[in-house]
Amino acid sequence: MAKVPILSEWPVLRQLRAGDASGLGATAASERTRTLAPRTASADRVARSVCPYCAVGCGQLVYVKDGKIIDLEGDPDSPVSQGCLCPKGAATFQLVTGAHRMEHVLYRRPGGTAWERIPLDRALDMVAERVKRTRDETWQERIEEPGAEHEGALVRRTLGIAHLGGATLDNEENYLIKKLFSALGVVQVENQARI
Amino acid sequence: MAECHPVAFRWVMEAKNRGATIIHVDPRFTRTSAVADLHVPIRPGSDIAFLGGIIHHVLEHDLWFKEYVEHYTNAATIVDEGFRDTEDLEGFFSGFDPKTNKYSWETWTYEGVDGVVPAAGHKEVYGEKGAGRHDLRGTKMLQRKTDPTLQHPRCVFQLLRKHYARYTPELVEATCGIPRATFLRVAETLGRNSGRDRTGAFCYAVGWTQHTVGVQYIRTAAILQLLLGNIGRPGGGIMALRGHTSIQGSTDIPTLFDLLPGYLPMPHAVLPDRGLDQYVNNNAAGVGWWSELRKYVVSLCKAWFGAAATAEDDWLFDALPRLSGNHSHMTTVAEMADGKVKGYFVMGENPTAGSMNGALHREGLRKLDWLVVRDFALIETAEFWRIAPEIERGEVRTEDIRTEVFFFPAAAHTEKDGSFTNTQRMLQWHERAIEPPGDCRSDLHFVFHLGRRLKALYAGSHAERDRAIQALTWDYPTRGAIEDPSAEAVLREINGYTVADGEPVPGFAELEADGSTACGCWIYSGCYKDGVNQPARRKPQSEQHWVAPEWGWAWPANRRILYNRASADPEGRPWSERKRYVWWDEEKKLWTGYDVPDFVKDRPPSYRPPPEATGIAALSGIDPFIMQADGKGWIFAPSGLIDGPFPTHYEPEESVVENPLYPQQCNPTRLEWNRRDNPYHSAHHDPRFPYVLTTYRLTEHHTAGGMSRWLGWLSELQPEMFCEVSRALAAEKGLRNGGWATITTARGEIECRVLVTDRLRPLRLKGRVVHTIGLPYHWSYVGRVRGDPANELIPFVADPNVSIQESKALTGDIRAGRHSRGRRAATDGVELRSPEPRVAPPRDLPGRRTVLRAPPVEPKR
Repeated sequence: MAKVPILSEWPVLRQLRAGDASGLGATAASERTRTLAPRTASADRVARSVCPYCAVGCGQLVYVKDGKIIDLEGDPDSPVSQGCLCPKGAATFQLVTGAHRMEHVLYRRPGGTAWERIPLDRALDMVAERVKRTRDETWQERIEEPGAEHEGALVRRTLGIAHLGGATLDNEENYLIKKLFSALGVVQVENQARI
Repeated sequence: MAECHPVAFRWVMEAKNRGATIIHVDPRFTRTSAVADLHVPIRPGSDIAFLGGIIHHVLEHDLWFKEYVEHYTNAATIVDEGFRDTEDLEGFFSGFDPKTNKYSWETWTYEGVDGVVPAAGHKEVYGEKGAGRHDLRGTKMLQRKTDPTLQHPRCVFQLLRKHYARYTPELVEATCGIPRATFLRVAETLGRNSGRDRTGAFCYAVGWTQHTVGVQYIRTAAILQLLLGNIGRPGGGIMALRGHTSIQGSTDIPTLFDLLPGYLPMPHAVLPDRGLDQYVNNNAAGVGWWSELRKYVVSLCKAWFGAAATAEDDWLFDALPRLSGNHSHMTTVAEMADGKVKGYFVMGENPTAGSMNGALHREGLRKLDWLVVRDFALIETAEFWRIAPEIERGEVRTEDIRTEVFFFPAAAHTEKDGSFTNTQRMLQWHERAIEPPGDCRSDLHFVFHLGRRLKALYAGSHAERDRAIQALTWDYPTRGAIEDPSAEAVLREINGYTVADGEPVPGFAELEADGSTACGCWIYSGCYKDGVNQPARRKPQSEQHWVAPEWGWAWPANRRILYNRASADPEGRPWSERKRYVWWDEEKKLWTGYDVPDFVKDRPPSYRPPPEATGIAALSGIDPFIMQADGKGWIFAPSGLIDGPFPTHYEPEESVVENPLYPQQCNPTRLEWNRRDNPYHSAHHDPRFPYVLTTYRLTEHHTAGGMSRWLGWLSELQPEMFCEVSRALAAEKGLRNGGWATITTARGEIECRVLVTDRLRPLRLKGRVVHTIGLPYHWSYVGRVRGDPANELIPFVADPNVSIQESKALTGDIRAGRHSRGRRAATDGVELRSPEPRVAPPRDLPGRRTVLRAPPVEPKR
């Protein structure tokens, strides 16, 4: 049952009191309207971020409450974007919180017809073993093909392993990729930047 | 730009509000055209003719900025007498070898010098030949001959004039389909907008780069901007609008085969191989800033190999792998399809949808032993073994595919610390807001823990080849139960530090070649200056001046405009009050300004090097382009480019017309993959494929769709694949707006909805009508919204400088209705290729030295 309003809160009395005869001014607002606040106001903290789509680099503010992202807005302080986001940038909230995101490691065995779930640590072990095996099997110390342009020249590499990275990777991630793969002798390290 | 970089386009509108004229050159009428002062529709693949026409106009009408050109460019430099232009050799420069389809560069050089090392591009062309040079190149740069009057017939200025003499408004009209009056309006507007008080800017995106002459498109714009005095000045420049948040960073700290961090070339296999000395001789310059290269390489080796990198061991430089040719993406995928690649990491990328000839990509994936995919969702590249046209058609059975596939869910940018480098070279730090869910991890986490495991697996080895992985410095601090490595510690290593005390170096000028400093990427040195995470700086725009130097950090040395010495006149004064940016302070004897000056900070404008000077000391006070060996802006590129010192109009690999300028149809040095799973059309007038195809993005989606096709909001805004056609083509082919069409090339066939629109118009070339079909390329076989991928239609063919594919201009056919049977050349070639494409001869027009094409090679199956 609805709460019985206090007599003094009757609209007509409020209008008379506020001199809002037409009822189109502030007295038209309900108690609910008056107490509404953007959900960003309830955030525990705000992380400074950058849009992950194109390379303009619009500033983003990520609002967090109870360990969850509750909103994501343009950063008005940014000299690049002055608080603006485009349709993709504005959809970042859905990108990072959407139900499309997979949360488990999956494995498809040779000839398999379905994905299988495997633990992260085991998957990392398996990948590391395969990298070592492939590298050792395909190692090329020098160019050995007779008559090749650089026959006999030192190459110290494997052409058995390749990498292709997206261009939404962080600089720090690219750095470790290039560093590790170069140390392994993997030269076929490529990126969306080529495309 | 309004479509694909909408928030950046706000600044174009801001400029328009202040009086700037906006010209939009695009085959389509888009949101950008709608607010531009002038929209110029152009035939895809003809931009060098268009820009070359503007250069011709600027030269013929004396609209170039004389003081700038004379002092800051190489216009006065005299070129070797052996040089021959495409005007002399029917579309070839001197030095072409028709057996290899490659040029030798000997005659492209300056007269009287011992080689010229470019600021960027192919520095290693001498090293690649295995010549084993014992000396640095370009030490005699100061002895080069010049003619300050620009009259010598072999000076760059006169060669330029001759090269573009035939790029007249009439030729532009016949080549690009741009009416003479429209073209002249563009040329006059640009030409007028030049000088001490005026600047103009070019903005471009992959519409310019994805061609077999893509690099030369940008070069043409560079030449024009140098002639107009628009480089290194506020309101000038050539802005590459890059399409991914840190694609600039992926180039700077390259996950690219041919580069080490900071545009240091990867070492090449050479004989004799004298280690680091050899590499330095092949890549460093005798004069200019690249004379410092050894410092950057030794510091990189120190950062990677730590205490194991010693002078006695040549800093472990020999532990780095060597190149012996092209190992770029398409080459790798073709080798994968031939069974040579066994394992593949795909991290945040979706090549079967986003790269060319998806069926050839899937053929490659089927030949792998193992594949690792890291992404948010199960994208096409992860699902290739069960969801693909060839599986649906029964040509390939899932059970027969032996590839092991690992899918690792990725953390979002909100779940990790790290920096992105935006399209203006500015690094911005993003903070971790929350922990990643479930097994989601950052790529940093993945690579770090993979590296840890591999170091453990190789710990006991005594093999020489395992030294690099054993020596690799990999002790990054971790956080929490998931042992997340510290991105800030990695940034600190990228910045560089003094080996003795581990303190961050303030910048690259402090790096040394004696092993006392370590630095992961010299151009980023300074990003952790004073122990402060500079990319994390967020001083509001309202609290600083318009350049906003305290928001983020731009490489190099927090400079916001490169080569900004050119924003002052030869005497060091601002060109005008309005265009004031960086200038010489005569009292303090220093360069100063709104930005960090991009010059030797205490070198006065009056400085002229003594004739014997080398290195940085050889740069005079009027040499703003300090990365170039001669300090000048290159109108003529004496080295660094594979396909010529001047940009020349060539038709795309597949065109509807003959080259109107030269008997040579296409770029003679372009990269082709002549395979049965990658068939080409005839170079021109293929009767089966009479229309031009071009691809592009939409505002509401992002490239191959991995970050947009799974989102409800964006999918609702653009739910379905479509093609854009003009009313005239629709009438000709019976295409109905909202109906279906089938689009075909020799690679495959796709179906999509039809948008009949005035946004695309037929162009008239010498009375002939050319139709263009527009194709967005975001959709593919999985995701919330699905559709046929446009990239299935496009072949592997590439620019020879950078191995980037030609997806912005090709040919194809269209017919009304749904006729696709999902056929692909890679799996169903016989049927699709029938009748066989008319291959050589002649692929190119019968010129004096027609390039013959090798017969198609049957891939191993």
